Amino acid sequence: MSEKIITVQNLSKSYFLKHKNAERYTALRDVLTNKAKSIINPKSKIPNPKSEEFWALNDISFDIKQGERVGIIGRNGAGKSTLLKVLSRIVTPTKGRVTIDGRVASLLEVGTGFHPELTGRENIFLNGSIVGMSKAEIKKKFDEIVAFSEVEKFLDTPVKRFSSGMYVRLAFAVAAHLEPEILLIDEVLAVGDSSFQKKCLGKMEDVSKREGRTVLFVSHSMETVLRLCDKTILLDNGEIKQIGPTETVIKSYLNTGTESSSYRSWLNSPNIPSNNIVKLRKVSVHNESYEIKATFEITKKIGVSMEYEVLEDGDVFTHSYNFFNEEGVNVFNTHDVVSDIRTKPRSKGIYTTTMWIPENLLAEGVVVVGVAIIKIEPFTIYYHEKEAVSFNVIDYMKGDSARGNYTLGFPGMVRPLCKWETEKREMK
Amino acid sequence: MSKHRIIIEPGTENSNYWKDIWNYRGLFYFLAWRDILVRYKQTAIGVLWSVIRPLLTIFVMWFIGWLFGSNVPEGVPRILLVCAATLPWQFFSSSFSETSNSLIANSNLLTKVYFPRLIVPASTVIVCLIDFLISFMILIGFMIYYQYIPDYKMFFLPLFLLLAIITAMGIGLYISALNVKYRDFRYIIPFVVQFGLYVSPVAFSSTDIYNSEKIPELLKYIYSLNPMVGVIDGFRWCILGGNTSIYIPGFLTSIAISLLFLFIGVWYFRKMEKSFADII
Repeated sequence: MSEKIITVQNLSKSYFLKHKNAERYTALRDVLTNKAKSIINPKSKIPNPKSEEFWALNDISFDIKQGERVGIIGRNGAGKSTLLKVLSRIVTPTKGRVTIDGRVASLLEVGTGFHPELTGRENIFLNGSIVGMSKAEIKKKFDEIVAFSEVEKFLDTPVKRFSSGMYVRLAFAVAAHLEPEILLIDEVLAVGDSSFQKKCLGKMEDVSKREGRTVLFVSHSMETVLRLCDKTILLDNGEIKQIGPTETVIKSYLNTGTESSSYRSWLNSPNIPSNNIVKLRKVSVHNESYEIKATFEITKKIGVSMEYEVLEDGDVFTHSYNFFNEEGVNVFNTHDVVSDIRTKPRSKGIYTTTMWIPENLLAEGVVVVGVAIIKIEPFTIYYHEKEAVSFNVIDYMKGDSARGNYTLGFPGMVRPLCKWETEKREMK
Repeated sequence: MSKHRIIIEPGTENSNYWKDIWNYRGLFYFLAWRDILVRYKQTAIGVLWSVIRPLLTIFVMWFIGWLFGSNVPEGVPRILLVCAATLPWQFFSSSFSETSNSLIANSNLLTKVYFPRLIVPASTVIVCLIDFLISFMILIGFMIYYQYIPDYKMFFLPLFLLLAIITAMGIGLYISALNVKYRDFRYIIPFVVQFGLYVSPVAFSSTDIYNSEKIPELLKYIYSLNPMVGVIDGFRWCILGGNTSIYIPGFLTSIAISLLFLFIGVWYFRKMEKSFADII
């Protein structure tokens, strides 16, 4: 199982970027007029300032062993898709060398080559052959594919009449039944409704874990990468920034990625949230030892601190935070109802307040924090900064969170670790 | 361990290129099958279109030939003469224009999956070939109507069909590769097809040209450079038998030019193939 199946040596790929009149294709007209210009005025032949070399991949080397499931993560434009395109032979590299021992199937898109006029049945055959299945193979798996897609009734309807959900299901069903030695997947799981996504992920896990297939998987969903891959490559600006066990790589990616957003200072800001009594200075999100972090384990306490300045003696007010998830749903709000200082008139000076989010409360994902200073009687908002900072909550799936050993999709805005008691008796 | 070893490097020639095409024959078959299925979907008369279109052209060409009084060999109905030329011409023009646009039409495949790109234009030719075979019914219909019985030369017809395929493929490959980079060719293709219809012996016959005293020798020579002249003359020779003749030097020139086109087409296509996904 430890044989190298993919060897990538010093791989680079460059593109020429056009700055001005960035048309999608070259027109012969432009080539001819440029030639003509340079004949009339040979001096004008400056190395074309309109284009610039851009290295989508820059000197990348790594090995992948047989049966490994490798995630590829990185920001948009880091070179993830280019890497997959080179490995699947769609584009040729500019430099370097790749050796692959085995049949490769790439899934850069669901339903590549689907034709809207053809029926579901016809498209299964067409798409199957496009992604590299033989006719016999498709025939053998036809019933399985149809069952998986849940569109039996519409098999003889042109896919242009399919709903987009049905379309995606059919397309993914074909892809899920591919059986190459090496599978390259680009972000295709980000489609379909969540229950079908779950089914797809389950199938993928099946294929890769049970059958020992080598999988390269590009994704923006850290959750999925954590679940599927044992090793992860972090790309940044076309270079490998880190390569190693998935958990370690994701940790460092998330921490570097959003460092600035879990701490913010308004000291030099032109728009300081304030009124004539208080003025916001800084907000940070930190762990129990007050280290500012962008990512927090779901099983750990999270502290949110706010520093502000009181400009006038004698006023009474309290602090308030709001928490929103990625979808903009208000997960919870809180204001200080317990501290002593909230009922006492303040003197001028700088104050810092810290609020602790209990462990095992927030669900995995991005959390956006809004901060405010308010007066309860009469209700007045002194200032309210709606998107002050943000941070990530992640579950490393060690089994000590509300997930236990369950690793699939887990909806819900909060994720408390609840107490369960079961006794052998009738209900009171 | 698998025997499939793939090495990806810049600039190296793929030594298994033709073997790869053979391995991907399944895809070739499915692409052709798709185009055939899709061709007349949601049309009321479906496949009849592959008969009606050439039939209308035949009537127009017959009328033009009759109007200008082009020569007809003895014992041959004019419509058969026109028919024997229109069918290969239609095959050529449709396969030429469709192969030229085939890469762009399939750009979503080119940027998402690997396969030898030659499969795309090649499968397009197959679709046109099937159209041609259907439209061949017209010729058979006229033959029955005029009770015209062809002789043994009919068996050479596949050879000339092959010549037509070679010609269409050669030019089509070249233009399709160019079209990926310079979309100007999209506008040139219909013009070439239209122009070609008038300089090829569809409404008239090559003997009109070669026997004419008004036409200078140089123009006659240029005329024979058109590879479709060879194809159409060949078709007429096969179908209409001894009543027509082939101008041998002109015919050999046509074959040479067709082969040259094919060679240049394949060479240029393979040279450009690697960058298709980058620039399409």
